[in-house]
Amino acid sequence: MMPDRNSPALEFRDVAKTFTLHLRGGVQLPVMAGADLAVYPGECVVLGGPSGAGKSSLLKMAYGNYRCDRGQILVRDGAALIDVASAPPRQVLSLRRRTISYVSQFLRVIPRVGAREVVASAGREGGMAADVALARAEELLARLNLPERLWDLPPATFSGGEQQRVNIARGLIAERPILLLDEPTASLDAQNRAVVVELIRARQAAGAALLGIFHDTDEREAVATRVVDVTAFAQKRAA
Amino acid sequence: MSDALLQARGLTKRYGARTACADVSFDLDPGEVLAIVGESGSGKSTLLSLIATELRPDSGSVSYRMRDGELRDLAALSEAERRALMRTDWGFVRQDARQGLRMAVSAGGNVGERLMGAGARHYGTIRGTALDWLAKVEIAADRIDDPPTRFSGGMRQRLQIARNLVTGPRLVLMDEPTSGLDVSVQARLLDLIRGLVAELGLALVIVTHDLAVARLLSHRVMVMRAGWVIETGLTDQVLDDPSEPYTQLLVSSVLAA
Repeated sequence: MMPDRNSPALEFRDVAKTFTLHLRGGVQLPVMAGADLAVYPGECVVLGGPSGAGKSSLLKMAYGNYRCDRGQILVRDGAALIDVASAPPRQVLSLRRRTISYVSQFLRVIPRVGAREVVASAGREGGMAADVALARAEELLARLNLPERLWDLPPATFSGGEQQRVNIARGLIAERPILLLDEPTASLDAQNRAVVVELIRARQAAGAALLGIFHDTDEREAVATRVVDVTAFAQKRAA
Repeated sequence: MSDALLQARGLTKRYGARTACADVSFDLDPGEVLAIVGESGSGKSTLLSLIATELRPDSGSVSYRMRDGELRDLAALSEAERRALMRTDWGFVRQDARQGLRMAVSAGGNVGERLMGAGARHYGTIRGTALDWLAKVEIAADRIDDPPTRFSGGMRQRLQIARNLVTGPRLVLMDEPTSGLDVSVQARLLDLIRGLVAELGLALVIVTHDLAVARLLSHRVMVMRAGWVIETGLTDQVLDDPSEPYTQLLVSSVLAA
């Protein structure tokens, strides 16, 4: 099915987020307010702005990992439009299986599960047949230069860069229409960064809507179709 | 949601002046994993006993969707119906394996007994199925005639899991299944549970004080304190962005390894 490129795949409308630290006497940490942003199929929108401006929070809210205090986060799921900010847990989980992928900065390691299986299981969760998922997992790990002798080992003992490549393969294996990327290349060397940039551009060319954070200027220029500075959202938070 | 497998409504249990479980309601879908977390005395084990109809609530109800599709109030089942349900379509894995196993009976007998309770009669078939399940829970075939008294803590828990899953239940309750075990043994058991739940599409209600267990296994979490559910939601959201003071305290009290 060709994505409809004229309506957003993901849209933030008037989104606000404040953390309340109850263990610190209820201190309020406003992160953003009035955040409006639409991401269309085939776009790679890169979030700009200094550390602490709320870039990661925005991605985490879109994935349902952080709550949203106000506003809507609309995700196009086939013909339906689902508001992640108010959707019940089972609907958010269903979006994660079918519609939204998220590549975090760090791999959450599961004891006893080997790298290839970590990636393949993400493929199966995304609806791929077991043999297809396994083949695609191997293809991605090879592409990302993870030595074959590591494939059956649990990533707990891997280096940061190796773990991150497993994480990227895990996030990319199921080709969902929306891809959230939180500094996916931060711990990688130049060669592997180039591979990740290629993989990202391929997803974009296939019509996925991408929203990401990239600190490296070269990489940002290589993938971004548009840069949105979130400082504007942070400034509205005081109001 | 109307297709829920299990529905709890207003479950309340008091012991004298103390409320062990206060007005707890939730729905559980087929294949869904719900973790109930909280500290000792929070009421989480009481809640599990109420769900399992081992305790009678002062008020409230538990309903279950039977295999014929009808949602029935468990309190309205006859004793025979209730027992048939518990020994075939439900499993209950206890914290203390001695309460979930028959310690004087062989491992094979422990698994076979549930099968016979569900109507199996052919000895060869029962033994064959028991062997399959022991293999699934990583217990060597040559231990089939040993009683669980000769098993380590981790093996006993794996045997409990085999005993409970052999009848193909749709709902399994687990009460602190990994506590008291060495961490390496815990990891193996958790991985086994995670694999079986996904493979068999089980609905699971797991009580744990260990937030890492909740994160690894569950889709949703309910945080309990002094009998009340104080926060509930998607597991990673509750653990990564907790909103209640007590949940923030629980999450921030965990040492990161």
